[in-house]
Amino acid sequence: MKKQDVATPLVDIRNLTFRRGERVIYDDMSMQFMRGKVTAIMGPSGIGKTTLLRLIGGQLKPDQGHIWFDGQDIPTLPRSALYQARKRMSMLFQSGALFSDMSVFDNVAFPIREHTKLPEQIIRMMVLMKLEAVGLRGARDLMPAELSGGMARRAALARAIALDPQLIMYDEPFAGQDPISMGVIVRLIRSLNDALGLTSIVVSHDVNEVMSIADYVYVVAERRVIGHGTPEQLRQHESPLVQQFLQGLADGPVPFHFKAADYATELMEINS
Amino acid sequence: MLDKLQQIGASTLATVQGFGRATLMLLGALWGRPRFVKAWPLYIKQFYVVGVQSLLIILVSGLFIGMVLALQGYTVLSKFGAEQMLGPLVALSLLRELGPVVTALLFAGRAGSALTAEIGLMKATEQLSGMEMMAVDPLRRIIAPRLWAGIVCMPMLAIIFTAVGILGGHLVGVDWLGVDAGGYWSAMQANVDLQQDVYNGVIKSIVFAIVVTVIALHKGYDAVPTSEGISRATTQTVVTASLAVLGFDFVLTAVMFGG
Amino acid sequence: MTTRKLEIFVGAFVVIAIAALMLLALKVANTGVTGSDQSYKLYAKFDNIGGLKPRSPVKVGGVVVGRVASIQLDPTQFQPVVTLEISSNYSNFPETSSLAILTSGLLGEQYIGLQPGFVDENVEILADGDHIEDTKSAIVLEELIGQFLFNRGNQ
Repeated sequence: MKKQDVATPLVDIRNLTFRRGERVIYDDMSMQFMRGKVTAIMGPSGIGKTTLLRLIGGQLKPDQGHIWFDGQDIPTLPRSALYQARKRMSMLFQSGALFSDMSVFDNVAFPIREHTKLPEQIIRMMVLMKLEAVGLRGARDLMPAELSGGMARRAALARAIALDPQLIMYDEPFAGQDPISMGVIVRLIRSLNDALGLTSIVVSHDVNEVMSIADYVYVVAERRVIGHGTPEQLRQHESPLVQQFLQGLADGPVPFHFKAADYATELMEINS
Repeated sequence: MLDKLQQIGASTLATVQGFGRATLMLLGALWGRPRFVKAWPLYIKQFYVVGVQSLLIILVSGLFIGMVLALQGYTVLSKFGAEQMLGPLVALSLLRELGPVVTALLFAGRAGSALTAEIGLMKATEQLSGMEMMAVDPLRRIIAPRLWAGIVCMPMLAIIFTAVGILGGHLVGVDWLGVDAGGYWSAMQANVDLQQDVYNGVIKSIVFAIVVTVIALHKGYDAVPTSEGISRATTQTVVTASLAVLGFDFVLTAVMFGG
Repeated sequence: MTTRKLEIFVGAFVVIAIAALMLLALKVANTGVTGSDQSYKLYAKFDNIGGLKPRSPVKVGGVVVGRVASIQLDPTQFQPVVTLEISSNYSNFPETSSLAILTSGLLGEQYIGLQPGFVDENVEILADGDHIEDTKSAIVLEELIGQFLFNRGNQ
């Protein structure tokens, strides 16, 4: 890798505006994701973090703005070029999204078999190596239905790195995991990123886990980025919304009470 | 009042949109040369799931319908002393109408709903999205094999249904009710025409196969990815496909046998 | 299940389907005359064709030798003209043969009965495109009843 490559972002989002029907999800948002780094996107639920990953992957088209991936503007690519670009990125879905009718081995081998003409022995070696990296080499003949949630996610991770992509996107990888599985995933995201020279984008709202492995963090709320920086910089950020989010405060700029009429008046109403 | 009109207009537009999406899905699945050699195991698996696993219900239903036709037909024909027409009665009913239509209805209920549920579930567990992100076209890999399996297997099932029904009619008519065996077959041969009856029946079942399979796949592909959405899509497949089959049956019958 | 096992099952399924199709095509339908290829055409005029339909059989002594191809109305003489398609296996009917429209059974469908005529040196053999002159029309029930009543009336 050339020295100047390290300094340029692999994914560069500029002036992104995206609407779903009447609702504006993102309004003139810009973010950069540096090569070789783990960048996190955090924010309250429901603001559309998964949508952002889909936009980067080209499954959705923005209303305005550019999404540069390694020099190519994703929304403008024709179908065949988009498929070529997708071969260099992978996504780890919240549920793992393993193909339920194939074994773990076949799941990991799937992208290799689809996109290359490598002989089966080479494929076997590659699959075993990827499974070893996530610690599931012994589970390769199990079916997805026989795996626990954490194991399914690890298997899906092995599949995601099967073709050695440049970019890997994680959609809520820590959601609903027990502490051990959580620890495993946290360790894997960091070690794979460094060992394979990947660029990782982690979408999550698990603050502690994310802050422990991220090189750079974006906090997204109210349709734009409200704070960004390294984890240390972010902890000192002055925005009260960022602080409420990072510290997990029940009440603050995002209020505890859903909008309602005056409490005393509602309680005392005789004709309700 | 205006609300009702608006609702009707909106649902009509939604239906037309649905047709459009179904056509786009169909074109996407058929476009491009099918890589048969590489994808062969996928096709075989779908032929098994869609065709072979429907065989039992088709055989049993065909047998029973043939037997019932013979029973009922005999009761009426014997009043006119026309028992020897039992063969043509059973054969023509099955070849022209019951074979293609009942097979299509059973197929929609069994294989059609299974297809919708399977694809809807794949959509809900993000397997289709995952495939797209891995630069594999889910239309070619998932939809196309199932589409071809439905279109090829259903006419075969209809032919088997008809043949078993005629044999069932023979079982009841000849072995049980005493119609002359030679008469059963020779009257049939004198009254059943290869082009008019057999081929037209096959053409009907091919049309029905396309209709049922496309509806089943489209409903699954378009389903709302929740458990409620999938169950609704599955019911819609059975209802819509059944109604479409009966509608097309009327049109085809009028064209083929209207005279 | 392995691909090999699936292939066996699917293959068996296809074999059953083909067997069913064979059953239907051979035992159920009549791939008889003019299901085969060679045939030649003859024309005949009748006064009344009764219930004769296209594809009605042409029989000699009860054996099917051909089918009615089409029935048209002669525009100048207003007589029905029937086109017969006879199998080439039976290609030596003399021109003195006669045609009659008969009914099979009491309520059955109508067919054309061909009665071969006599043969001597002057009589030609019917070939493709020839006309048969000697024809008897279908029996119309009303005329029959009328005749019967007329005969009764004369007694």
